[in-house]
Amino acid sequence: MNVTVNGKSMELSDGLTIEDLLARLGVRREFTAVALNREVTPKHQYTESVLRDGDKVEIVRPMGGGR
Amino acid sequence: MYDTSLWLGGKEFKSRLIVGTGKYPSFENMRDAIEASGAEIVTVAVRRVSLPGQGESLLDYVDPKRYTLLPNTAGCYTADEAVRTCYLAREAGLGTLVKLEVIGDSRTLFPDAIGLLEATRTLAREGFTVLPYTNDDPVMAKKLEDAGAAAVMPLGAPIGSGLGIRNPYNIKLILEAVTVPVIVDAGVGTASDAAIAMELGCDGVLMNTAIAGAKDPVAMATAMKLAVEAGRLASKAGRIGKKLYATASSPLEGVPDWTS
Repeated sequence: MNVTVNGKSMELSDGLTIEDLLARLGVRREFTAVALNREVTPKHQYTESVLRDGDKVEIVRPMGGGR
Repeated sequence: MYDTSLWLGGKEFKSRLIVGTGKYPSFENMRDAIEASGAEIVTVAVRRVSLPGQGESLLDYVDPKRYTLLPNTAGCYTADEAVRTCYLAREAGLGTLVKLEVIGDSRTLFPDAIGLLEATRTLAREGFTVLPYTNDDPVMAKKLEDAGAAAVMPLGAPIGSGLGIRNPYNIKLILEAVTVPVIVDAGVGTASDAAIAMELGCDGVLMNTAIAGAKDPVAMATAMKLAVEAGRLASKAGRIGKKLYATASSPLEGVPDWTS
């Protein structure tokens, strides 16, 4: 299946969860949040949120910025 | 001398200077400048992680246990984007104190007043402590307060412009129009600009570029800390009135007679 992660198109195996995706990408977990198809996914749902073909995932964290 | 605490969302802050985390030459320089500024609130953007996801994090240099993080919605052009960004920030563990920006134009980065009001209302209802970045417009400031804003943050001048407080009279009118804290957000170029904002009676100043873009950010951060404190003290001390002609400060009586 094809999933867009942070704007990048990725070919991923079926049945992958958000938890699996974060592990595969080696994303640091602290102060990180995930949105799946524009909706925030609470952390406790990562293991049960199965990705589907065409999904859009945003993984964010604090970065430098201000004024 | 005077109570100088700033209260936001039920939390007390001794420092009235809020600083950003962008545009620094290095993370180390940013850390040292924030330290020198004495700020207790530090604003951060919420952005996509670079993939693969290892690498340095801003928060390796800004200890979230020491500083209150203030996620901002910089780069959001609609109320919907800004609200979703705040939800993401909350889920990321950054808390519910948010600096709300809904930008209306990429060249001036002026706020979209209508979107800002809508997002303020939504987020306040959802339990966020909303600090909206707004025009220096007293009518808008009052509407934001009524919509549930915990403070209003009028611009002194366009973001990153360093033009200072372009319309001090409007800032004065905003101070009269609302009861929530007024924090000047954007436009400060140098220490005197920050002092002017505080002398006008503002409750705080937020800045990033003026410090991060200075030749020596750590020195400028120190200058800003002193300017905010000096401006606050001057405001509380009560300045003298302005007069066109001189008024001698030495007594006129008892001047020796040198006439021959």
